[in-house]
Amino acid sequence: MCTYLTEKIRIDGAAKGASGWFTVTDGMVYVDHPYHACQEHTVNIDFTNPAEGPSARVAIELTEEAALALVDAIHKALAAAPPGLASAARGSAPA
Amino acid sequence: MTDAMWAGTVAVTGHEGADLEAYAARPLDTGPHGGVVVIHHLPGYDEATKEVVRRFAAHGYAAICPNLYSREGAGVSPDDQAAAARAKGGVPDEQLVGDVAGAAAYLKGLEHANGRIGVIGYCSGGRQTFLAACSLRIDAAVDCYGAFVVTAPPADFPLKAEPLISRAADLSCPLLGLFGADDRFPSPDEVAVLDAELTRLGKEHEFHVYPDAGHAFFSVDRPNYRPAAAVEGWKKIFGFFGRHLAA
Repeated sequence: MCTYLTEKIRIDGAAKGASGWFTVTDGMVYVDHPYHACQEHTVNIDFTNPAEGPSARVAIELTEEAALALVDAIHKALAAAPPGLASAARGSAPA
Repeated sequence: MTDAMWAGTVAVTGHEGADLEAYAARPLDTGPHGGVVVIHHLPGYDEATKEVVRRFAAHGYAAICPNLYSREGAGVSPDDQAAAARAKGGVPDEQLVGDVAGAAAYLKGLEHANGRIGVIGYCSGGRQTFLAACSLRIDAAVDCYGAFVVTAPPADFPLKAEPLISRAADLSCPLLGLFGADDRFPSPDEVAVLDAELTRLGKEHEFHVYPDAGHAFFSVDRPNYRPAAAVEGWKKIFGFFGRHLAA
């Protein structure tokens, strides 16, 4: 039982889970034992929509290196696009 | 005695009348059989824990593992149930006690039950085993590397878990504790504190701390698995239950 701080964030987006696409409202990031990955501990990220029940969840379990590489890749991808292009503030306005 | 068994999903009544899913296994001979309640680890009601239940049946016990996360919804996969329960801070202590009591009642109601009940738990279930043994009248308890029995979790710990050592005087049965020397939750120092307190209180207990083993050394499907500690640990478990759960 060695689990650590859980970072909870509000998320605006969508994800594809076991029963198809759903709107994602919440995210959790924590370092803990994985359910599936063959590591003692992993960085676990859950994308969820609690209003749609526990099955509205996409779970990933990453090594520390993979998690940091993901963070880096997200920053690079955003930096390569025009600022604000994927911002929630743009809403559904025409491109 | 034959080695044939029945195993499958059953329904039990848990805390405050809640309907719980549970996995049970029992020998098909006419017994009598002692009963074992298995408390699953924090990641939930999984295949490896069900295998533990069948292992007890293969050794002549009627065993059951209640799904402590049943309240997260029927038909929800166990890993999603575990994530939802974790997000809520885990299982409240009073609910755990009620659920274990319900599972024990199921076992006592079986046709060939001898009326004796053991409880065993792993990881968070180790702490919950100690909690159950201090809250219910049972006959034997096995704590496999349960943390936060002696010390409180860190302030930013996401699960609600209070130390239980102040309740040690209420321990109702002999306790077998199996720990890894390399574990930090619980650390060998915490294990030593609990050992000393139970000795001071005159509570029957037997602790083993295995070298070259850390947390979750019984988990055959995880890299923490340590065959030497696990094989020796299983011998201790069956010896202990053999002494305390016989009719």
